[in-house]
Amino acid sequence: MNKFLFLTLLFFSTASHAALNVFACEPEWAALTRLLAGDKASLYTATSALQDPHRVEARPSLIARARRADLLICTGAGLETAWLPVIVRESGNAAIRPGSNGYFEAARYVQMLEIPTRLDRSDGDVHAAGNPHIQTDARNFLPVADALSQRLILLDPANTGYYRQQLATFNQQWRDAIAKWEKQAAPLKGISIVAQHRGFPYLNNWLGLKQVAELEARPGMEPSAAHLSRVLNELQQAKMVLRAAYQDERPSAWIAERARINAVVLPYTVGGTSQTIDLFGLFDDTIARLLTGIK
Amino acid sequence: MFKKTYLSAALTVLLSHSFAASAANDPDLQAIREQIQQLKQSYEQRITQLEQRLAQAEADSRVPVQAQPAAQAASESAFNPAILLVLGGTYGQLQQNPDVPATGFAMSAHPGHSQGFNLGESELSIAANIDPDYRGVATLALASTGGVSVENAFVQTSANGLKLKFGRYFSGLGYLNEQHAHIWDFVDQPLVYASLWNNQLGEDGVQIKWLAPTDTFIEVGAELGRGRGFPGTDRVKNGIGSGVLFAHIGDDLGVEHSWRAGVSLHQTRRVDAISTAIADLPGTLGGVSNSFSGDSRTAGMDFVWKYSPDGNSRNSYVKVQGEYFRRRESGLLTYDTAVASITDSYSVTQSGWYLQGVYQFMPHWRSGLRYDRLDPGIASVGALNAGNIISNYGFQPTRTSLMLDYSPSEFSRLRLQMARDHSRQGLPDHQFFVQYIMSLGAHGAHSY
Repeated sequence: MNKFLFLTLLFFSTASHAALNVFACEPEWAALTRLLAGDKASLYTATSALQDPHRVEARPSLIARARRADLLICTGAGLETAWLPVIVRESGNAAIRPGSNGYFEAARYVQMLEIPTRLDRSDGDVHAAGNPHIQTDARNFLPVADALSQRLILLDPANTGYYRQQLATFNQQWRDAIAKWEKQAAPLKGISIVAQHRGFPYLNNWLGLKQVAELEARPGMEPSAAHLSRVLNELQQAKMVLRAAYQDERPSAWIAERARINAVVLPYTVGGTSQTIDLFGLFDDTIARLLTGIK
Repeated sequence: MFKKTYLSAALTVLLSHSFAASAANDPDLQAIREQIQQLKQSYEQRITQLEQRLAQAEADSRVPVQAQPAAQAASESAFNPAILLVLGGTYGQLQQNPDVPATGFAMSAHPGHSQGFNLGESELSIAANIDPDYRGVATLALASTGGVSVENAFVQTSANGLKLKFGRYFSGLGYLNEQHAHIWDFVDQPLVYASLWNNQLGEDGVQIKWLAPTDTFIEVGAELGRGRGFPGTDRVKNGIGSGVLFAHIGDDLGVEHSWRAGVSLHQTRRVDAISTAIADLPGTLGGVSNSFSGDSRTAGMDFVWKYSPDGNSRNSYVKVQGEYFRRRESGLLTYDTAVASITDSYSVTQSGWYLQGVYQFMPHWRSGLRYDRLDPGIASVGALNAGNIISNYGFQPTRTSLMLDYSPSEFSRLRLQMARDHSRQGLPDHQFFVQYIMSLGAHGAHSY
């Protein structure tokens, strides 16, 4: 745990003499920026893997860090609605206002899943732009990296050559890694799973996992005991129940014990488990944990 | 794919078999052979067509999906303008008339809670970016009596850490003052806010704030206003009716702790401020109306500290906050404006503070405890009024409130609150409240 905290703190620390001040809303985008910008960017990560990115306090420290940011990198698609608008507004920083070059939303560059056909809060905390948890499919990082690299070049043209080279290296390594992960994950295809929160559609879509139930009756609302027992009846065929590192472990533990299936906690983002110190580690560990779940 | 392969394999086997069998040179066989030949050609054609279609389909699915920009950015402009309607209501079970102010604070007659069923803090808020530079916000409060009042209506803009706001807004002093009623942690405001700010200081004017370019949050602000909100007396004249200065500093301690502290100063000139005929002491039933004109200066300190395990406030958190205000008023007081009308000097220093803690012990459930205390001070009353005005009440108003609330979702909250109110000398009150707060429309973002 201490080692893990140390790693988290490492992420919050910043380099001093860098060209671009980057404010990343979530650790995965900080990790991607580190790969693409190296020491050309000074990074600040607003949330850790153990925090629910939907519900983050608009803390004074976040406002202060956004004040000098040249680039804000967030997921978008409504994930940060509850806190980011306050941060951007209170920072008084025109460079990172929505619509400006300093405002980058990763979700704009990937194919969104679960775009609701109706918008009604009786369905829970639905996201109009689709499910925002895009970082669970490794393939999504390719278009995002491409767009992010272009944005870095736009903001810091002096280092164009460097950013291009970093992107090329990333693309090569990432494609190889995807091939490797897909090969490793072959046994997962068609496996039935249960999800605690509607947070894994991209992972399911990528690796062919079949989600048979979810523990939250409606997205963003804690599962009730009545709903849990209903789900229990539905999941005799499921192999495991998945939850993200930041989520309460009790609902999935309850289900796992009664349905006699494995409860698997996934890092969800960089820093979610002690093995996930970078993006490559994130997927190495995610797949390793899923494979343990089907044993 | 497999089907197609099997089909051609089967045909090949079938055909080669039939060719082998046709060793004899028979015209019938010749005819059959031709038929089979035709059949073979037709199958081969269809297989080729199928192969082409399959290849086409595969190619289509392999084309990288063109990234569709998500319909909207995550700004509140996703709903343009963002409209938020808050429906709130309370039921208050009180033993004393809520119109009686805290002892020694007769000038402020609003306790911030009501008796019986009432439409509490229902309000309609509309916000949107006006253009790349300006953003506008309007909040209309639906009064329980049926009217609509303009709570906030301001325009804001910012650049380089400077933030300008003008129009009608809640002053940035203290911690609680800027917060709208639907995010209060208790049904009513602390006594010090009720008595010194008439619950909340609203101003018509201009506010400028500057955020320092440091890793620690350091913000200073100033406001010039009309003097609309209490203790201002809302004069219609040229110039400035009130001024506010404030500074805030805040930071994180590790990932689990965060805090903010602040100081503020407020100054206004009061002209003909009337304390209405309210019995603020047993024995002065009916009372008299007094009028005060003079300077009012207030200094305040505030802090808030929040803790949540791993910094994940969704599951559980603790929030502790406290504020202290001290007000000095000096000027001329007219006793009994209706009959005697005796004017002489008057000055007093009053103060108050509260300390509260809120604990979310499991998702959805929070409990809170608050302690309030006021000091009405000892007034210096001019000789002419020495026998008319109570200068020393010898009583310090206090109140203890206990709260429990349940939020089925981010958009709804139900609350119970109990209070032992000793804010009025000789009139102890045991209070009980039930409250609902529901918000519909745009997903509001909350400040710290």
